[in-house]
Amino acid sequence: MAEAIIESMPLSRQVRTNPAAKNADAAARVAITAVAVFALAIIFLILIFIFKEAKDVFFDAKKRDQVLPTLFMMPANENQAVWTPISKNPKYSLMPMLLGTLKTTLVAMFIAIPISVLAAIYTACFAPRWVREIVKPAIELLAGFPSVVLGFFALIAIAGFMQRLTGADYRLNAIVGGIAVSLTAIPIIFTIAEDALSAVPKAMQEASYGLGATEWETAFYIVLPAAYPGIFAGILLGLGRAFGETLIVLLAAGNALIVSWDFLVPTKTLTATIGAEMGEVVYGDTHYNVLFLIGVFLFVFSVIINSIAEFYVKGRLMKKFSGAA
Amino acid sequence: MPANTMSQPSKTQSGQTERSIRLQTETRTGIAPAADAQKIIEILDLKYFYGNVRALHGISMDVKKNEVVAMIGPSGCGKSTLLKSINRIAEVSTDVHTEGKILLGGENVYDPAMDITELRRRIGMVFQKPNPFPKSIYENIAYGLKIIGGFAKKQVDEIVERSLKQAAIWDEVKDRLDKNALGLSGGQQQRLCIARALATEPEVILMDEPCSALDPISTQKIENLIDELKPKYTIIIVTHNMQQAARVSDRTAFMMLGKLVEFDATSKIFTKPADKLTEDYITGRFG
Ligand SMILES: Nc1ncnc2c1ncn2[C@@H]1O[C@H](COP(=O)(O)OP(=O)(O)OP(=O)(O)O)[C@@H](O)[C@H]1O
Ligand SMILES: [Mg+2]
Repeated sequence: MAEAIIESMPLSRQVRTNPAAKNADAAARVAITAVAVFALAIIFLILIFIFKEAKDVFFDAKKRDQVLPTLFMMPANENQAVWTPISKNPKYSLMPMLLGTLKTTLVAMFIAIPISVLAAIYTACFAPRWVREIVKPAIELLAGFPSVVLGFFALIAIAGFMQRLTGADYRLNAIVGGIAVSLTAIPIIFTIAEDALSAVPKAMQEASYGLGATEWETAFYIVLPAAYPGIFAGILLGLGRAFGETLIVLLAAGNALIVSWDFLVPTKTLTATIGAEMGEVVYGDTHYNVLFLIGVFLFVFSVIINSIAEFYVKGRLMKKFSGAA
Repeated sequence: MPANTMSQPSKTQSGQTERSIRLQTETRTGIAPAADAQKIIEILDLKYFYGNVRALHGISMDVKKNEVVAMIGPSGCGKSTLLKSINRIAEVSTDVHTEGKILLGGENVYDPAMDITELRRRIGMVFQKPNPFPKSIYENIAYGLKIIGGFAKKQVDEIVERSLKQAAIWDEVKDRLDKNALGLSGGQQQRLCIARALATEPEVILMDEPCSALDPISTQKIENLIDELKPKYTIIIVTHNMQQAARVSDRTAFMMLGKLVEFDATSKIFTKPADKLTEDYITGRFG
């Protein structure tokens, strides 16, 4: 009897005999939402934690008077140290490490942007498919390299090579650190730029070829401009990676807090300072609070960079390919 | 006859001998002899392979100057392939090889000495899906001129306006030439693409189902456009729409399974086709 009814109905109208399948959808949705909320909550808690540990710099009157007047202090002469957190008369100037971060990041980006963008253009627009299938994963593999290995490589190989090349007095400096850091930014910029370039519709390229354009003209006039927002996002994310890098600069940049625009003197970055000093700082001390203040800087800066990358790209790409006039 | 005489075609020979000699002449870039003067395109026993798969099994046909040729046939029969073989556009993204020849004004487009970019400038293409660049309307039209180079701003302005007028879209876009072309409707985009192809004054325009993504009004506009372009251009149009083929073309080619079944005056193809297959197809018995 039941069989007869089933047979008389179209399959689409038959009742599911597997109720689990019905609920799986809802369960999956709940699980995914929970995971997302959990991840967000963790980020938020980290944020609260960093701010909490840094807040005394602003809200404890005694610490504030100690820190704020020296926070952006410049050295009076070449030999004056402006970061002396554990001396009797402590100074907490972030200038040497801000400059250090700026220098290594500049060097890193100066190297990483042209290399990775050109490599991306080559693989996306010119390379035969088999080359692309080898080059892309190979460069992406570089992103998975432990930074301690890159730092060590810089310390041993790049430092010696660069000293012979530049004749610098110091083996370890912002250039050596920056070169090593560029190795972490290159795979990020390359991957994102390559994806952006490959995502440019083939039809547009055909239209360009159809008008008699060469491969170069098509790559530079059509593909590159269309992929520009994605490439820009890749550069921003690479930048975020470069200035957040700690271990490499700790190993390869020389770790001296010198306020100088000379790229060939030893350099210590914001991240390296936290990395080097957090282990020995007295818990709850002013020094401790200031290290967390540096953390706040880093956090805010990376949030800004990532948001620009995210929103700029989403906005621009949407406009480009969906056709808001 | 000794080989060296074979490779020196003489003007006194008949057209027939002339062609058979030309088939054996490897590189020939001279001007076509008088007998072929109005044949702008000659396809000679063209075989076309995607990898090892043969898509065209030896097609021979010709297209005369200022003629509109329609190509019809069931899906997958090789219409697009034939079209793309003329301006060699498929090879930019796919692994293909060819046997046979296509002569454009007497020059073999598959001659190794052929400058492909030059060839593609002489043969404009309008694709099935409108594919404007994500640039302004103006830049879309001016792109081909930029590729050629050496135009003054004023000349470019004039050509942009002229091309957009020819493509019957000027009135709709003249106030927003600096706006992104992707903001146009599908029909407008397709007319923009036609204008883009016209800007560089190609000798031949290939259209691969240019109306398949369009509404009837846009289709009508493009069909009218084809009529207007006819005195100046030679057009080959692929279409799935029999009425369209009948309306716009002088001659119609019916293809099936990579072969050219019948190629004749459009009026003849649609009234008394010589081949049973053609008749079955146009009367809708298969396809
Ligand atoms: N890029 C490609 N790689 C491999 N085979 C292809 C490729 N493009 C087309 N083909 C094959 O070549 C044959 C002819 O295809 P073509 O696109 O020319 O047909 P068509 O007549 O234009 O069909 P439609 O009317 O559907 O557009 C088909 O069998 C198709 O599968
Ligand atoms: Mg097709």
